[in-house]
Parts: sequence; structure tokens; C-alpha cells
Amino acid sequence: MSTEFKLIADLIAPKSRVLDLGCGDGLLLQHLIKHHQVNGYGMELDAQKTIQAVKNGLNVIQSDLNSYDLSYYFDEDSFDYVIMTQALQVVSRPDKLLEQMLNVGKNCIVTFPNFGYWRNRKQLMFGGKMPETEVLPYHWFDTPNIHMCTFKDFENLCEERHIKVVARTVVNREHQTSLGMRLAPNLLGEVALYQIRKK
Amino acid sequence: MSISNPTVPQTFNASTPLQLISGSVLNEYQLVYETYGQLNADKSNAILVCHALSGDHHVAGIDADGKTGWWDGYIGPGKVIDTDQFFVVCSNNLGGCRGSTGPTTINPQTGKVYGADFPIITCKDWVASQNELRKHLEIDQWAALVGGSMGGMQVMQWAIDYPNRLRHAVVIAAAPKLSAQNIAFNEVARRAIMSDPEFHEGRFLEHNTVPKSGLALARMLGHLTYLSDDMMGSKFGRELREDKLQYNFDVEFQVESYLRYQGEKFATKMNFDANTYLLMTKALDYFDPAADYGHDLSKALANAKAKFLVVSFTSDWRFSPQRSHEIVKALLDNDADVSYAEITSEHGHDAFLLPNAHYEGIFANYMQRVLDDIKTAEVAA
Repeated sequence: MSTEFKLIADLIAPKSRVLDLGCGDGLLLQHLIKHHQVNGYGMELDAQKTIQAVKNGLNVIQSDLNSYDLSYYFDEDSFDYVIMTQALQVVSRPDKLLEQMLNVGKNCIVTFPNFGYWRNRKQLMFGGKMPETEVLPYHWFDTPNIHMCTFKDFENLCEERHIKVVARTVVNREHQTSLGMRLAPNLLGEVALYQIRKK
Repeated sequence: MSISNPTVPQTFNASTPLQLISGSVLNEYQLVYETYGQLNADKSNAILVCHALSGDHHVAGIDADGKTGWWDGYIGPGKVIDTDQFFVVCSNNLGGCRGSTGPTTINPQTGKVYGADFPIITCKDWVASQNELRKHLEIDQWAALVGGSMGGMQVMQWAIDYPNRLRHAVVIAAAPKLSAQNIAFNEVARRAIMSDPEFHEGRFLEHNTVPKSGLALARMLGHLTYLSDDMMGSKFGRELREDKLQYNFDVEFQVESYLRYQGEKFATKMNFDANTYLLMTKALDYFDPAADYGHDLSKALANAKAKFLVVSFTSDWRFSPQRSHEIVKALLDNDADVSYAEITSEHGHDAFLLPNAHYEGIFANYMQRVLDDIKTAEVAA
């Protein structure tokens, strides 16, 4: 299991109800079902991934996160946790999706890459070009990441929209953390895992 | 690979009268059905396939007339519904014209064919009669019920009416009830049949005739709603049969020729009974399981215990993905086990019968889950 999954799994209380947005082949959800006795659903758009998710024995609802249909399918607070890993930056309106996640889930967990990471800043500042790193391995023209933000941007949005940041774990690409990352997350952190909820 | 030996239809003679929703009673009736594969020792691997409007019991393999089953692409040894693993049953709906009691069979009370006297049948009645067949086969619980279009509606009705009698429900290209537009199409089809001078108020068999042109027209209209604009565009475009326009009302465009062929094939070669067509479309119109639960589909499905797979097709405008979303939403309201796949296809409503890698991938993996459940139950026992 990836370290990111482990970081998330550690946050999930046993027997919770979980919605995993952009669940892919559903391995995270499968792990949570097996080891944390959770129940829930995955949502995924990609055809191949939905086949894999069905193969992995999950309840998967094929859905485009850009159709913002969470509130159509689910009532307010119907999940203990809504999880979305590495997908916030690919949707057309991250703020709208966050709003829907917070509506259907009591707690939300999101992970996304930090555009303010020092290597990104360095490439932009000294190379004068859009950053390309292991975490962001795309060219500016073919990237699915259409809404990159920094940790600071995200927290500003949370502040503005009355979203409470319950916890933040800042890690590098191996999902390890360090004192430096804790002291200067927006400069030294590559990926963050945010636990948020409605204020 | 198809099932090699010609499949043989069997007949179930029901011994208890069937009280119909319309108020009528069928004191005795027959259901014709076919089976494929072997029922296992504890009878836990049985699957009932429910057919769509013009379907019948011959769902897979080749019958004595050399005809291939209507869903042979998906049912057979090693196929999506694997007859090496499952015992598949498909029965011919009441009111049909292929052996089950319907307008073309003899009414035992009068000694004449039912014709127009055959009572109105609803989806609930079909399901009730299929449940009698289940008892006859001594199957306690179906491993799964599977159906597309009108078949998917029967699957939903089963999950609501007999929640303990099925473990999985596969609902493909269906809707929780017909829209006004759907009903309107059905009504035009019925009017086409009833306006045919050969119809004789449904007593055409007594008059030794058949309302062929009305039936063909009804089928042309129905067929049109099963296809998508894109598919027709890519298949026919505005292609002409002759090189130039004739400026008359003969068949000029290829699509006209195709539709006429489909209509005529249905009315003559398939020899489908006009009264059956009326009954089946009416049953579709009446289908509305939520009506008994304050028009709340979530409440209707509240007692359902089956796990669901719901599938829709992007170009299906007869029962669009939006209609499947309604089913999924109602199941999610009940925290049911449900998976939903929206298959990209240009083939319209007919897509559920055609090859498609995504569809087959989802369907086959889901059927594997049905099989795993059977094996888990066996280990537990």
C-alpha cells in the first residue's frame, strides 16, 4: 500500500461511511473496507478504472466530478469521510467541488500537490518556465492539472469559504515529513493532506 | 462459442390461478422457458434473464429452427453470463406470442383463441408468474436477475416484490417509469396497429387475417427510438438508393429502406402478434413501482435486499443515462450496494445487446462477483 494511503487510513475511524472521489481502481477503499470495516462508495469517471473497481469488489458509481452531482446522489452529512486524493487540481471548479464534499461529508480529506514548492518556484524564477517535477510530470500544454495552487492559496480559500482546516500533513513525494516541512510547509512541502470540515 | 446442441423450450403449467393487477384472474396458464447450464447441488447458481419487448425465452444458443438467441453475445460457455458456471433460465412473458399463455393461445373457457379478450398484463403480473416458475424449479433464491430495457424493469420489480428471492439485480438500459414521451411513442405504435383495417378490434385471427402494415409501422417507430441519430447518420447519412432524387413517395433514402425492412421483417417473418405488441407496450406504460409507495422510488426500493448493478448507454435517448441516475439515486438513498456504469456507445438503446469492451468488462466482472458470492455461501454452509 502506498504511504499516502497509509496516511489517509490512519485518519479513518473504524466502521465509518466513506465516499472516495476519483477512486480509480478502488484500492484505497478496498483497504479501508478490509482493515477498517468501513462501508461506502467510490466515484470514478474512467472506464478502465471502473472495471477494475468492480473487479476489486467495490460499489463504484461512474461519475464525472465536473458534473458536481454529489448533492444529487447524496444527502447532507451522509458520509463520515469524503476522500479525494490528487484530484482537486484537475476539476474545473475546485471551490464548487469542495463545497459539495463538505455538504455530503462530515469530514473531508484532500491531497494535492503544492505549486509553491521551492523546486517549482526555482524553475519558474530562474528557468522562466512552468515547473516539471516528479509530482508534476507534465508540460504546461498537456497537463490535466488545470487549477494548481499553493498550500497558502488553499488555506486562503478555506478561510474565505468558512472551511475549517482540522489538520494538515505536509510531505515530500515519498510521503515523508521533516522538521523543515513543518516549519516552512509552503516552501518545502511537495504534497499536502488536508483534513477539513464545515465551520 | 454458442451452446452447441439446439436448445429445447420447456413448458411450465401453473396450477394456481394468477390474480392480475387489472382485477382479472388467469385460472390456468403456461410459461414457456429455456434453461442453459447446470443447476448445482444446492441450487444456488440460478440466474433468471428477463426479456425486453419483442424478446422471448430463446435467449442463447441455437434453437431447433436454427435461430440464435437474442442475447447469445453475452450468454453461453465462457461468456459474460457463463453457462459453465451458472444455470440460466429465461421465460417467455405472459401475454407473449411464442408459447406462453397470451392472445394467440386458446382460452380454456371459450375454446377459442383469446385474441382481444386476453386481459391486460402488468410488470407485477409477469414477476408474480415468474415467481411461480421459480417455485416449480425449486429454486429458493436466484443468484441474480438480469434484464435490459423492459427486462430491467422486471428485475427492479422483482427486487421490490420478492426481496428475499434474489441476491443480485442487474438493471440495464432501463428506467424507473416511462416518461410522457415514451408513452406517447407507445401510443402512436398502438394507434398504427389499431387503425389497420385488418385489425378487426383485435379479433383478426378469427377473421383469418393479420394487421401486418399496422404492426410494421409500430415496429418502425419503435425501432427508430432504439437507434441514435449519430448511429443512423454514420450508417446511412442521406445516402440514396438510386443515384438521384426521384421526387416521389417511393423509398428514396437508404434509411427509409432500412426502416421498412425492419418493420416488414417483424410483421411477417417474425410473425409477432399484434395484440401482444399492444399488451407489452401497455405494460411498459403502466410500470411505475414507486406509485405504490407515494410516488417515492426510494421508498419503493427500501425493502430491496439485492445488490445492484445499473448500466446505461450515452446515446440511449429512449431510456437515457439520466433515467438510470434516478434508479441509482433511489438505491443510494437506501445505502444499498450498487455500482453504476455509463457506457459510451453510439448505438442508442440497442447498445445493450451489442459488443462493447467497457460494457463487457463491467458486466463480466460483476458476474464474477455473483459467482464469488455463491462460492462464499457454499464455504459458509
